Amino acid sequence: MYKGLAIIFGFYFLGEVSMELSNLPIPGNVLGMILLVLALGGGMIDLKDVEREAEFFVDNMSIMFIPPGVGIMLYFGLLIDEILPIIGALVLSFIITIVFTGKIVEVLR
Amino acid sequence: MNLLGIFLTISVYFIFSRLYHIRKKFYLNPVMLSITSIIILLYTAGIEYEVYMESARILSFLLGPAVVSLAIPLYKKRDFVIDYSTQISSGVIFGGLIAILSAFFIAHLLGGSEDVLLSISPKSVTTPIAIGVSEQVGGIPALTAILVIITGIMGNSIGLAILNLFRVEDRVARGLAMGVTSHGLGTARMIQEDKLSGAVSGLGMALNGVLTSLLLYYLIKILMRL
Repeated sequence: MYKGLAIIFGFYFLGEVSMELSNLPIPGNVLGMILLVLALGGGMIDLKDVEREAEFFVDNMSIMFIPPGVGIMLYFGLLIDEILPIIGALVLSFIITIVFTGKIVEVLR
Repeated sequence: MNLLGIFLTISVYFIFSRLYHIRKKFYLNPVMLSITSIIILLYTAGIEYEVYMESARILSFLLGPAVVSLAIPLYKKRDFVIDYSTQISSGVIFGGLIAILSAFFIAHLLGGSEDVLLSISPKSVTTPIAIGVSEQVGGIPALTAILVIITGIMGNSIGLAILNLFRVEDRVARGLAMGVTSHGLGTARMIQEDKLSGAVSGLGMALNGVLTSLLLYYLIKILMRL
């Protein structure tokens, strides 16, 4: 278990440090994920060593969105003032994206 | 430390995920119901967000290692990436760009402020990545989180009906359209429908997360100048 956690937190740390050093505008955790995929592909990390721990985090991710989501209580004013652009863009962009992505992929098959 | 926040979050989520387990309806989404109930409870008791966050912060900190862990499902599906490389790359690149640009311009046309434009742009990306990207481009992560979840609920509830209405029939195309547009919640629905579509949907979601985190900062810089 600690080997898996060490790998996950190690790549998280590596991602954050690379982000600081390179000044790239990418979240450090995403950079850590990309580096971990490359390390798995390059055979530097064995899937078995990290699989169980990673799947625990992925399977239990939902609860982690709740605290940042509750933060919306600080922005109720903004939400009410701009309800039309917010709802309009959400619904229309959703339909446009799902239809065009599907059609483009079918055409390019 | 004030332990209210973490206790409240875990117990409220426990109740709503139980309920969702019994009745799997999109409007019973446990994350959305938990957020709403916690806000109501905090308001009623007159507790400020900062006080709630003192201990609840521990849970959102775990989003860091959770995003790194997404490497594992992505790596496990590497065979699909090779088998359907053309469809996947075109779907993720075009779909990812359409999602950002359509949301940005429609919100702009309807009179949205800068805060809303920046927060709504990453709305098709999986929540943990979207929260980080929103922070990076100067949006409001809390607003982004809500918009992402609503986008996911739309995919979960009406995504298949829209794909059928517009006659998108190819299984790979359907999966990519769903994953790129409606991330995890859309993917969950797609897995119930078809195994191949579901797998491709998960892949589309992960790769769109990577693409959007690489592109959005620069794209927003160009868009804000227009």
